Amino acid sequence: MLRDQDRIFTNLYGMHDWRLKGAQARGDWSGTKEIMAKGRDWIIEEMKTSGLRGRGGAGFPTGLKWSFMPKEVGVRPHYLVVNADEGEPGTCKDRDIMRYDPHKLVEGCLLASFAMGAHAGYIYIRGEFIREAENLQAAIDEAYAAGMIGKNACGSGWAFDLYIHRGGGAYVCGEETALIQSLEGKKGQPRLKPPFPAGVGLYGCPTTVNNVESIACAPTILRRGGAWFAGLGRPKNTGTKVFCISGHVERPCNVEEEMGIPLKELIEKHAGGVRGGWSNLLAIIPGGSSVPVLTKDICDTVLMDFDSLREVRSGLGTAAVIVMDKSTDIVRAITRLSKFYKHESCGQCTPCREGTGWMWRVMERLVTGNATVDEIDMLEDVTRQVEGHTICALGDAAAWPIQGLIRSFRPELERRIREARANARAA
Amino acid sequence: MPKLTIDGREVEVEAGTTILQAADYLGIEIPRFCYHERLAISGNCRMCLVEVEKSPKPVASCAMPVADGMVVHTDTPQVLKARKGVLEFLLINHPLDCPICDQGGECDLQDEVMAYGADRGRFAENKRAVKDKDYGPLVKPTMTRCIHCTRCIRFITDVAGVPELGGTGRGENLEVGTYVQKVLSSELSGNIIDLCPVGALTSKPYSFAARPWELRKTESIDVFDAVGSNIRVDARANQVMRVLPRTNDDINEEWLGDKSRFAVDGLIRQRLDRPYVRKSGKLEPATWPEAFTVIAAKLKGLSGAKLAAIAGDQADAEAMVALKDLVTQLGSSNLDCRQDGAKLSGPRVSYLFNSTIAGIDQADALLLIGTNPRIEAPVINARIRKRWAAGGFPIAAVGPKTNLTYKHEYLGENASVLSAIADGSHPFAAKLKAAKRPMLIIGQGALARVDGDILLGLARKIAESTGMHSAEWNGFNVLHTAAARVGGLDLGFLPAGGGRDVEGILAGAEKGEVEVVYLLGADEIDMQRLGKAFVIYQGHHGDAGAHRADVILPGAAYTEKNGTYVSTEGRVQRTQLAAFPPGEAKEDWKILRALSEVLGKALPYDTLAEVRTRLAAVNPVFGAVDQIQPAAWGTFGAEGVPAAEPLASPIDNYYMTDPISRASKTMAECTATFVGCAHKRTGTNG
Repeated sequence: MLRDQDRIFTNLYGMHDWRLKGAQARGDWSGTKEIMAKGRDWIIEEMKTSGLRGRGGAGFPTGLKWSFMPKEVGVRPHYLVVNADEGEPGTCKDRDIMRYDPHKLVEGCLLASFAMGAHAGYIYIRGEFIREAENLQAAIDEAYAAGMIGKNACGSGWAFDLYIHRGGGAYVCGEETALIQSLEGKKGQPRLKPPFPAGVGLYGCPTTVNNVESIACAPTILRRGGAWFAGLGRPKNTGTKVFCISGHVERPCNVEEEMGIPLKELIEKHAGGVRGGWSNLLAIIPGGSSVPVLTKDICDTVLMDFDSLREVRSGLGTAAVIVMDKSTDIVRAITRLSKFYKHESCGQCTPCREGTGWMWRVMERLVTGNATVDEIDMLEDVTRQVEGHTICALGDAAAWPIQGLIRSFRPELERRIREARANARAA
Repeated sequence: MPKLTIDGREVEVEAGTTILQAADYLGIEIPRFCYHERLAISGNCRMCLVEVEKSPKPVASCAMPVADGMVVHTDTPQVLKARKGVLEFLLINHPLDCPICDQGGECDLQDEVMAYGADRGRFAENKRAVKDKDYGPLVKPTMTRCIHCTRCIRFITDVAGVPELGGTGRGENLEVGTYVQKVLSSELSGNIIDLCPVGALTSKPYSFAARPWELRKTESIDVFDAVGSNIRVDARANQVMRVLPRTNDDINEEWLGDKSRFAVDGLIRQRLDRPYVRKSGKLEPATWPEAFTVIAAKLKGLSGAKLAAIAGDQADAEAMVALKDLVTQLGSSNLDCRQDGAKLSGPRVSYLFNSTIAGIDQADALLLIGTNPRIEAPVINARIRKRWAAGGFPIAAVGPKTNLTYKHEYLGENASVLSAIADGSHPFAAKLKAAKRPMLIIGQGALARVDGDILLGLARKIAESTGMHSAEWNGFNVLHTAAARVGGLDLGFLPAGGGRDVEGILAGAEKGEVEVVYLLGADEIDMQRLGKAFVIYQGHHGDAGAHRADVILPGAAYTEKNGTYVSTEGRVQRTQLAAFPPGEAKEDWKILRALSEVLGKALPYDTLAEVRTRLAAVNPVFGAVDQIQPAAWGTFGAEGVPAAEPLASPIDNYYMTDPISRASKTMAECTATFVGCAHKRTGTNG
């Protein structure tokens, strides 16, 4: 269990003052100038040492991502874009960071921008986050007033401006290139990669898009050293992570824990356990709605980090743990997710545009058993036709929950079909 | 240059090439819907997925640049499965109404499904349907068939420069359409019909008219403007069903203006299919010998000075040379091919689009004088826009204030600004001077004015003072609107040795000094001014000239003859007979040859080859078909102060400029839709 002195987000529950004074009392903005004095390369090296993997879902090493930016700033300026369009069902970590610890994010933006040679940063915040945007704006204003950011950020001589952009509420705008499109005032549809944002991003300039949590971790990592962060968790899955536990638990919560904590321990320690006891557990979606569901026998032992969850053919995603006990209609639950992806598909590329609707409609029939057993295999095949064939990862995200359902709960699907048949015959 | 392997074949291509282009180069077919070589890459249809070694997922080959050492496979089971999957997705919401779809037989979706698709569907749900839209009289949208490749959006936005199409809604509710209900206002809108890989956008006038396999395809050129766009004429039996553009990178790339594409229904209306002779004030049908006899009687003993001939805007060079030879033999030098009175006569450099159309791509500054290329030559306007979009291309316009689809500096409509540019006192002169390859385009709106030769002289001065012509570059351009004009000028179909020009002929006819006027398809002159003159009209449509005529000799339209035309850039090109002239109508040079026999002045050529030999003898440029011969710089134009009246475009209704388009029902609908509403527009319909 994570020791209190190793916590990064010390005001995750909003019990303390989130404003500049309170943040400074908790250690934010201390020695920022000295960190910057160590130079860009030192910062990037330290981030690499920490082993921090992107907290937005894909888990790409953050230090490595920063190092992809051109070493020298050419004619085109560099930009930092922070992805605060937290829309993954089940996920609510960035929200609390921005609400209760906004200065961590603002300071992280300064350090990250300095490390990648950007004089401007944009925080693309989900439109529904109204209070969060207010707090964040207040924190930015405070930071400007205190000289932490602005023309001479923290007295380092580095000019840095930070802007908030409110999104319009489309899930797909959380995809980094769609986010850039939306930020430019265009329709929020993902762009083709390559070119990657580090080469051609916002307004055609080198851009790095990072998740709120990744950026907010950075100041603490740089203050305490990459080695400290790397000492937590397991190799390649280092550090701490904010887990969002929701669903059929006694006390749903956000909690910062060490990476690699056993799933069972996480739930029992922090969320008061599964409603009706661990034996009442049906299944858990361990990383936000996009990753495949895990059955109880896997949940008994699995560790919560990128690689362990990949070994059981699921993923850490955003670490949004959705717990479902035996009262859950699992087919209906996954169908609801299917409907979500059908609704949020941008419609640009064929497999996702056509496939998400098809999958949802078949799922709707599977809920009532109005299908044939062959159609389960067909549905599985359709998910394979979507997965990996799309421009962005939304296609994959739509396919995986269904694949997980078929893999783990096929007998349940077949039972429903049999029963529906029997009922039809009886009638 | 990166070297890569595709299906075991090694190829070296330029950096920045995509996998799909490299495969095309090798002749390896990769199916595609959204990719089009002249449009921006969108990569959204996912049909072109290929396997690249070391890449975990299949890659969209249309968007992936090649890298050195890349190993690509286009025929593995995974790739075939991916294609099959994409096609299945495209078909689940496609109505499969091929039997009643006009795209049938030339549908990319049909072809790809035949090649890579499954033989049955697995989709048991309801299909999506999309409400039909109204894009105006030319394009017929059936958006239920749309596969969302976005080619039309990219064309209208990027190439045509009229951002009126886009996708609304998202996911499976994504619909391509105009954002608000309106018609497409581009003069290039017909091209989205060609671009559409399925039957979502088809031709409205051509709907349910023919199947592609019933059509006889003839390669020809277009005569509705002076661009010389390459076209393919599709005919069934003896009727032209439709016209499509043909790729020619030097001229029209693969685009075509709407008039050129859709005015062909005018070819079956108002046609002159037999000779007519005016008897006691009324035109009566006649036979060819009767008509010739009437003409011979009229010309008998007439002095040459009392005879005049005017060639129209769609006359072919063969007919013009025959008419010129005949009229000259009859002792007249009253000849003109400039119905609008444009002050152009030579040297050749003074009336050509010297930079060539392809040369626009190399230019780096542009001055437009008295022209609206958007309606005078939509294809050239698209080319200018393409160059503008590439950046570093300052454009200024003197003349009509219009939306040219690209940003330009508007210098007013008064020609006096030209003097300031010529003497370097205007700021835009500096931009022209700073450019390596500056160009100007002067239109008929300037040249057909009374002071046209002064404006021509000013344009020459601007060209000379800003360095527009050198050994390897000539940026002095005249934009013609009449397909026949450059050919006529090259032939010297001009008043010679004190002969009358158009204005002189009309003035002479009014006064009775000109007694016989021969109109070769000339309909754009003021017929009232012909006075009591005896008018012979040779042409194909019952338009202004035929109404005024005393004898009508029915000729052939451009689709019905093998004619030579010289485009505004001086390129000699030939139309080909796609359908025979209707009724008793004949090819025009043959009519003149026959008439000359009756008149006892037989022209010395009996075959088309001999006429063409004669053409080349009159001017050697006619010997070099499809080529451009650079014209040497010279002195032209006049000195003087231009008149104060504003410069305007010669065309106010793009859709009706000549006898064929005036007879076209489609063009009449376009006029009502696009031009008519402009007059009725009030403050509330934006």
